[in-house]
Amino acid sequence: MTEQPIIEAEGLCRDFTVRTPLGRFRRAKRTVHAVADLTFSVAHGAAVGYIGANGAGKSTTIKMLTGILVPTAGTVRTCGLEPHRRRKELARQIGVVFGQRSQLWWDLPLRESYRALAAVHDLDPARARARLGELVDRLDLASFLDTPVRQLSLGQRIRGEIAAALLHSPRLLVLDEPTIGLDVLSKERLRVFLVEERAAHGTSLLLTTHDMDDVQRLTERVLVVDKGRMAFDGTLTGLVDVVGAQRVMVVDLVEACPGLDQVAGTELVGVEAGGLRQRLAFTPGRTTAAQVLAAVAERAVVRDLAIEEPDIEDVVRKLYLAR
Amino acid sequence: MHPLRTFAVFTALGFRRFSAYRLATAAGAFTNTVFGLIKASITVGVIGAAGGELAGYDALTGATYAWLTQAIIAPVQIFAWDELAQRIRTGDIAVDLARPVDLQMTYLAGDLGRAAFQVLPRGLPPLVAGALVTGLALPHTALPYLLGALALLLGVVVSFLCRWLVNIAAFWLVELRGLMTLYVVSVGAFSGVLIPVHWFPSWLASVAAASPFPSMVQTPVDLLMGRVEGAPALRLLAVQVLWVLMIGVAGRVALRRGVRTVVVQGG
Amino acid sequence: MCARWWFKVADPRVLAPYRALLASRLQSQLAYRRSFALDVFGAVGIGLLEFAEVYVIFANISILGGLDFAGVALLFALANIAFSLADMTVGHLDALPTYIRTGLLDAFLLRPLSVLGQLVTSDVQLRRLGRTAVAVVILAVALPASDIDWRAETVYLLILTPIAGAAIFAALFVLAAAAQFWLVDGAELTSAFTYGGSYAASYPTSIFTMPVRVLFTFVIPAAFTAYLPTLLILGIPGPPDTPVWLGWLTPVAAAVAWVVALLAWRLGLRHYTGTGS
Repeated sequence: MTEQPIIEAEGLCRDFTVRTPLGRFRRAKRTVHAVADLTFSVAHGAAVGYIGANGAGKSTTIKMLTGILVPTAGTVRTCGLEPHRRRKELARQIGVVFGQRSQLWWDLPLRESYRALAAVHDLDPARARARLGELVDRLDLASFLDTPVRQLSLGQRIRGEIAAALLHSPRLLVLDEPTIGLDVLSKERLRVFLVEERAAHGTSLLLTTHDMDDVQRLTERVLVVDKGRMAFDGTLTGLVDVVGAQRVMVVDLVEACPGLDQVAGTELVGVEAGGLRQRLAFTPGRTTAAQVLAAVAERAVVRDLAIEEPDIEDVVRKLYLAR
Repeated sequence: MHPLRTFAVFTALGFRRFSAYRLATAAGAFTNTVFGLIKASITVGVIGAAGGELAGYDALTGATYAWLTQAIIAPVQIFAWDELAQRIRTGDIAVDLARPVDLQMTYLAGDLGRAAFQVLPRGLPPLVAGALVTGLALPHTALPYLLGALALLLGVVVSFLCRWLVNIAAFWLVELRGLMTLYVVSVGAFSGVLIPVHWFPSWLASVAAASPFPSMVQTPVDLLMGRVEGAPALRLLAVQVLWVLMIGVAGRVALRRGVRTVVVQGG
Repeated sequence: MCARWWFKVADPRVLAPYRALLASRLQSQLAYRRSFALDVFGAVGIGLLEFAEVYVIFANISILGGLDFAGVALLFALANIAFSLADMTVGHLDALPTYIRTGLLDAFLLRPLSVLGQLVTSDVQLRRLGRTAVAVVILAVALPASDIDWRAETVYLLILTPIAGAAIFAALFVLAAAAQFWLVDGAELTSAFTYGGSYAASYPTSIFTMPVRVLFTFVIPAAFTAYLPTLLILGIPGPPDTPVWLGWLTPVAAAVAWVVALLAWRLGLRHYTGTGS
């Protein structure tokens, strides 16, 4: 038996009418195609990264998938339901986090938001308690459960938001820029949690992000949208092959050494401070940061390192040129 | 830059900021007009019940009073305003203080720009409606308009300085809403915006006279209507100037003290 | 259809989520006792201010629109109880453009509950009871001061009028919020009908000219919230062209207002999600 796709979009379009001032009193009406003819489907249990430049139509798509916005043309089914018509039914099966917006009660302790949300989703009290216990444990919320939301740090609040979106054990989790503004450690903890959560519950994931690391760690498939149209649908390796997007590992060495050329899978792109700092470009999918580091460590002692990511805007631009 | 030039720049900035909200301005003017209609009806009804004349107002001048107050309450800004308090609370005030200009004067300039923008779009619709519905009794000579315009300008300044003082309290008070409500209620009660101060029983009238609030609405309207002329008109203007000086200086002292508390506590 | 709806509403499980939302709101308001007390105090101040206007007017005259001071006080109290109750429960719907801007409305759309139900329960303002209290005190003083022929109908009217009146004002707030889906920046326009309606309702409708009277009776049903029932309570005839029996129709006016308001809300929400046009 083949299971129904968790998201199915066919010829999805969304237009907006914008009025721009034209001189002092007249205004021009213009139709903007925020999303134009998107067709894709996401299999049950899959994890998909949805990327694109700012204003490419990502948020509009998410709003249509979740029932906040109705398509101008085309059809969409999420969890087998038409999102707008069956909004309430769908809401019980999906969890959504908008990174920069909150669904928590900002002036109440975090715990109270979960109590209210359990009531909103009409969860069985015993099961809600067990599920919350699990989320508190794995997202490490215990230390600030009794702190009013407005006093939480960004990292704490995002963890709180994700727990809120997962409290009712949705089949599909939609994350819109969940790691934006987080420090490296918080990002990493969040990714580890999401990987475990999916492994434990088989939750499908749709993720929009500007962070290539998010895409690489959390998803097995990438959709790139550009000016409202699908520009790429495939694996991250495939995307990197098309655009040749490379990451750069910057290593600071304890002692200066000559250029570290011929490190497997990398290209030396810079030697600074007389050999104390070196930059090695590598292609994700062909090798990993860990492999590169291991290879470097065989030849020199590494004091510190940083990884420079290819910019998503850059990837999209290259993708556009490559077509 | 010359202080006057700086002042002009900030006034222009205030004007432009508010001119961006066209729809909001139209909506506000509509609301002012509907309230003007209700208020004029009540005023005319009361004057009729009093036998056609009350404290020097007949039906026509009473209605004019109601429409005129509705026309000037937006420029005078009799409602709550907490922009400065927000900046104090968030600490953004530090950015303002770092500028080499006088804080109170730049805010005043911005507020005058706002008022200048609002005078016509917020003032004309209620007056046009008044002319059509009840008729308006306006003076036929130029002098009352001149004195009235001056009184309106001073009214805006008094209103601004009062709001400034309330906002500065944010240096010491965590929650400003109580004080803000008290202020809005006082303005409503004593400025003449709801009913003419001239109708007050004597005890209430003396409370009003001891406050700066009639200087915001009652005085400009009295002068614009030509109800008060000659030496008494100059006396009212002098009272407005007195309030400007007193509340203005109080506001400067309060700001200096407030900034000091932040510096001491390391805010 | 109707019976099904009733069973749905009467089922406590349907209302439980809203009760939880409401409880969490009220809890946060009461959490800061001092600030809450100040807010209530402020609401009392606003209530007193509005009545001060009536007081000053009657310091100059003795009859306004066919009613004496006690009569206008009674009228004022009924209108203000109704308005303050509506303002407490749905007055915050005024802030719809803010809810849209901050994404709160989207968050509501992502929950398996009615959007209007969530909006209403999201910010009920208990402090506005301060104004209700002022109005109740005025009512308690105005009733014995008025010449009332106490009958069962009088009691019925005194109990039903504030409730049906509150329903009318609440419907006006919902209607105003619905209009804000289109107005956005021009949201203040709707205050003309909500707050303006309340202002007009606090005075005898008879002082208005005929077109204004029709406006505040049949377009914005403000006269039904206090003036028309007051005529019945006091047993006095209104102006010659106003049938006294209209005062019995406050609940009918409330029902009509709610039908219109809910239809408009539906349209507004559809406009927001882009179903229409």
